[in-house]
Amino acid sequence: MKLFQRLVPWILLAVALFILPAALDDFRLNLFGRYFALAITALAIDLIWGYTGLLSLGQGIFFALGGYAVAMYLMLNTESLAGGNGIPKFFENYGVAELPFFWKPFWSPAFTLIALWVIPAVVAGLVGWLIFRNRIKGVYFSIITQAALMVFFHFFNGQQKLFDGTNGLKTSTSELFGQLVGSPDMQVVFYRLTVILLPLAFLVCRYFTSGRFGDALIAIRDDETRFRFAGFNSVPFKTIVFLVAGALCGISGALYTVQSGIVSPQYMSISFSIEMVIWVAVGGRGTLVGPIIGATLVNYLRSLVSEALPEAWLFVQGALFIFVVVLMPDGIYGWVTNGGLRSLLAAFGIAKKAKTYPQLDEEAVPVD
Amino acid sequence: MSMSEPLLELNDVSVSFDGFYALTDLSMKLYKGELKSIIGPNGAGKTTFLDVITGKVRPTKGSVTFKGQSLLGVSEQKISRQGIGRKFQTPRVFENLSVLRNLELAASPVKNAFSLLGSGLPQAAKDEVHRIMNYVGLAPFATVKAGSLSHGQKQWLAIASLVAQAPEVLLLDEPVAGLTDEETLRTAELIKSLAGDHTVVVIEHDMEFIRDLDFDVTVLHQGQVLTEGPLDQVKADPRVIEVYLGPPEQ
Repeated sequence: MKLFQRLVPWILLAVALFILPAALDDFRLNLFGRYFALAITALAIDLIWGYTGLLSLGQGIFFALGGYAVAMYLMLNTESLAGGNGIPKFFENYGVAELPFFWKPFWSPAFTLIALWVIPAVVAGLVGWLIFRNRIKGVYFSIITQAALMVFFHFFNGQQKLFDGTNGLKTSTSELFGQLVGSPDMQVVFYRLTVILLPLAFLVCRYFTSGRFGDALIAIRDDETRFRFAGFNSVPFKTIVFLVAGALCGISGALYTVQSGIVSPQYMSISFSIEMVIWVAVGGRGTLVGPIIGATLVNYLRSLVSEALPEAWLFVQGALFIFVVVLMPDGIYGWVTNGGLRSLLAAFGIAKKAKTYPQLDEEAVPVD
Repeated sequence: MSMSEPLLELNDVSVSFDGFYALTDLSMKLYKGELKSIIGPNGAGKTTFLDVITGKVRPTKGSVTFKGQSLLGVSEQKISRQGIGRKFQTPRVFENLSVLRNLELAASPVKNAFSLLGSGLPQAAKDEVHRIMNYVGLAPFATVKAGSLSHGQKQWLAIASLVAQAPEVLLLDEPVAGLTDEETLRTAELIKSLAGDHTVVVIEHDMEFIRDLDFDVTVLHQGQVLTEGPLDQVKADPRVIEVYLGPPEQ
């Protein structure tokens, strides 16, 4: 059993890497690639919310920044998308003759690969540090992150001359290594890349949530004042995790952008950032497996419902959220690990019922 | 610092919350190794007194010095690192960490975020944690989450965490609130065992407990020191009787 548990992650990884690409058609595989990309964002939110108690409603900022970084690189390096003066065509629509200065470094693939996570990380670190050092917590933190999201949204939405405004940047028609980014072959590459990066993101989150640093995060979530009185300054702890979460969201946004074929200010809409939180709540916050389950499952459900009844998804999502919050406060994963599945089966007479006082031996006298 | 200088000194400290004075011109000296109990009716300013020392509340007026250095405007964590530890009125523990993890976090000699990422707890600190955990009888519960402990166990964990922090001055706000008589007695023993190495201030309502401790007693009333001395002397003071029981009938 122990061996089996150790093997489970490797089996899942092998299935995702080799079996799914063979079993699913291009369209479905691409969708799963997107779900796994979003799962990285869910992990990031779990790191700051599930573990540290910081409910950010503004992770869309960092997600979109990562997406824009990769999209700018692709736009610049695709000849077919270039206008008369060698810069992306859309600039002509607004009479922009020269490439804005901040676009220029994105000619470089190396710069782009670093920028797509460093820029969100720096923005997150700066915003976080300012908020945390002023001891803004709880619901005020959530409101500020949402306000910051709105600022970013309106900036990107309104600046046609800089980012093509509300149209966003289309990546599906751009080229990478001489291949169309939207082509099935490239999409399989991006899918595999996502499947490899998701476990790495998981390991990053595990590194920060295990050990003494992880204990400190839980201590901040449980009682920050007490944590300070124990001699710890909570500001660097919170800034570090917020920065790491920003970087992960950037990577997630970049992976999502190349697989969905576009990045637009809609990635910074209020509802999308709230949905990210819902994935984590549904999957189970405070665990690292929960958010991956939540993001994949909710988005898969979204695809299924949207295909069958296009108008119904928002109602289903709302109902799902209420159902989970009321009946499974620890999310799906928390519910299963707390024996929820067994008690459900027991209700139908399938599983063996526990004897009375099941916890007497296990918990009252802990094994030393 | 010579022996005659106080370790901790409050001079003419006033704290006003929108015109209401929680402390009025309070002056108090605490010497190294001194053991003090502070009593007083509700609203006497006992908790505010601790808030001022630990940096939670900034006084409106007056000075607070520790080893000759002002504590005004210094953050809670820095005051804590200088060696002033505090247990809160309600037992505040990290509910989702195990008993052992609670103590290990408090016992961490370095409090810097990066050092917590990089290295484990030094063996000396681990040994100390186990010694304290055994002393307060929480060793069998080492892996139990603090949130599922009983009230009395949480109180002890809170005190034990404070001891694990290894402060010079321990400020204990109602350490026996809600404890059984037997637990109270054991807590008194625990606190007395700290005497010698530590300077201890205990705030309590429980007179039996104050008697068990046998520390000098300071009575606070309306944000000022009413009187000081051994318990029996203080209890016989007509002013003390008046603030506790109301003025004698005419």
